[in-house]
Amino acid sequence: MEYPSDSTHPDGDEAPDLNAPQIQEEEKTSTFAKAKALLSELWHDKPGFVGFVIIVALVLMAIFAPLIAPYDPAEQSLRARLIPPVWQERGTWEHVLGTDHLGRDILSRIIHGSRISMIVGVAVVALAGGFGITMGLIAGFFGGRIDAAIMRFVDTIIAFPGLLLALVILAVIGPSMTTVIIVLALNGWMVYARMTRGIVLSVRQMPYVEAAEMVGGRSFHVIFRHILPNMMSPLLTLGVLEFARIVLAEAALSFLGLGIQPPATSWGLDVANGKDYLFVAWWLVTIPGCAIAITVLAINLLANWARVTSDPQEREKRFATSVAAMRRRKKSSSPAIQAAE
Amino acid sequence: MGRILLLRSWHGLIVIMGVTIVVFVVTRMIGDPVDIMLPLEATAEQRAAFEHQLGLDRPILVQFFDYVWSLAQFDLGDSLWQNRPALEIILERLPLTLYLCFSAIAVAVLVAVPMGVIAALKPGGIIDKITVLLSLGALSVPQFWLGLLFIMVFAVQLGWLPAGGAASFKHLILPALTLAIPTMTRLVMVVRSQMMDELNAQYVKTAEAKGMPLFRIVGLHAMRNCAVPVMTLTAWEFIRILSGYTVVVETVFAWPGLGLIALQAIERQDLVLLQAIVFVIAVIVVVFNLAVDIIYKVIDPRIKLD
Repeated sequence: MEYPSDSTHPDGDEAPDLNAPQIQEEEKTSTFAKAKALLSELWHDKPGFVGFVIIVALVLMAIFAPLIAPYDPAEQSLRARLIPPVWQERGTWEHVLGTDHLGRDILSRIIHGSRISMIVGVAVVALAGGFGITMGLIAGFFGGRIDAAIMRFVDTIIAFPGLLLALVILAVIGPSMTTVIIVLALNGWMVYARMTRGIVLSVRQMPYVEAAEMVGGRSFHVIFRHILPNMMSPLLTLGVLEFARIVLAEAALSFLGLGIQPPATSWGLDVANGKDYLFVAWWLVTIPGCAIAITVLAINLLANWARVTSDPQEREKRFATSVAAMRRRKKSSSPAIQAAE
Repeated sequence: MGRILLLRSWHGLIVIMGVTIVVFVVTRMIGDPVDIMLPLEATAEQRAAFEHQLGLDRPILVQFFDYVWSLAQFDLGDSLWQNRPALEIILERLPLTLYLCFSAIAVAVLVAVPMGVIAALKPGGIIDKITVLLSLGALSVPQFWLGLLFIMVFAVQLGWLPAGGAASFKHLILPALTLAIPTMTRLVMVVRSQMMDELNAQYVKTAEAKGMPLFRIVGLHAMRNCAVPVMTLTAWEFIRILSGYTVVVETVFAWPGLGLIALQAIERQDLVLLQAIVFVIAVIVVVFNLAVDIIYKVIDPRIKLD
């Protein structure tokens, strides 16, 4: 009984006052306050924040591509072929990142190319995630034979040589953005199913789910009202990670000539176009590749932050280090506290 | 043990059958093989003759059982592009692909294990931070682009290594490295986190207290406990590489393996060869998985295969 009021206890005096603003913010249930709290938390994780900013910029770039891009990405000009970027000897400010072998402005192509990456990424994550989560929920919730059948099916599909099969489908149906989305979704839903099932199985044993069932909640009600909200954060993290994988996969397929087809623009396609000019124009391959790498890195950084933030154990660890750092700072700055302790 | 292996083989057979069915459905029912393989200006008679030649004018079920029956006899059909048995072409190219894959895996393991262990020795230290940052960076780079950058630097600028082909050991270095890097980064992360867990275990404290030198603790005790998860990932990565990623890297470096021929088969619209390649890869993957299961049991008798 004395323990909580013991002010000299290391956790007793310092932890609450560090915690206070955070708790207050979490008590406000308005979405604005929640978003603000989340943003301030993001601010404290510098790499994650950088990733977040880059992603926001990319999304804006993709949405407003026609307004931002200085040229039409498909506009060819024979006189302006293979101009290097501006910092190179022959570079001009008219084409900041140079032009390709057909005289198309690379900056405009990069800006427009971001659209494809974003659309494919979002569509695949939504399709694969939706289907996979549904399958996982069904398998985990109903259990028994349904579970065994679904998971057997998932095991079989996972053992398929996925990318090769994707190549066959693309070769037969003919490459286009829709086929790329379908093929990548077919290839990626199993991860969500496995993860969802795993979480459902562990959550099902929890007293609150049992209580909901005992009270007479119907299965759909229990699944959507009680189980689904508890898996949001791990699933979101998985979704973000998958998004990064999809951006890379779309680029690879387009590079092989089995993804986005010209006259549409895609970063992978641009790298493939520049491949034949490796010896004379390095920027054709390097710049679109950089765009892909920066995008994927930003997504990975954000996913890393999301993983740490949504994991209570990791949060505790992080909180402990920040408290320790505070204490060290306090100790060195004010001898009074040192004396008191 | 025997019963479980039998069960595993059965599951493997289901996988192979599943791949066969998917490939069959995609090529014969969703797409029209005649459309894909004949030029647009082919006349109706030519189309009919071609259909008859491939047996496509028969009922679909008859075609399916015929297809499965010939697969069971290891007859994968004749490549339309090269006019010889598809299996012959595949067996010619397969060693090159396996050579590339095994080299890549070897490089990845040889770099990743020491790197992961060193990073784990001092969690949060400089080396650890650099390792994590490097892995995150390397994981974000598209593989085909990495290959092209390697060509630009080591083949075009420096002229140290050839840009493509498979004539000598020198030709192997760049493609193997490109193929190895994503695998390496994922492996480093697993080795690192496993090693951290092991180094926190009680038996390590005991060994330290006894005065056992660090390299002996790590090499003799901790490493053995890390072996199984690291091996699982290595096997998984091998399958990943074999069942897709070689296509990309072989294309970039013009490495004349199975992946390159698969892409060429797509370009020449040789569905027979493409089907055969997918089938052979599926069989290899299944056999490899089975082998890994057996090896697990040998390494760690505690593992129950079920």
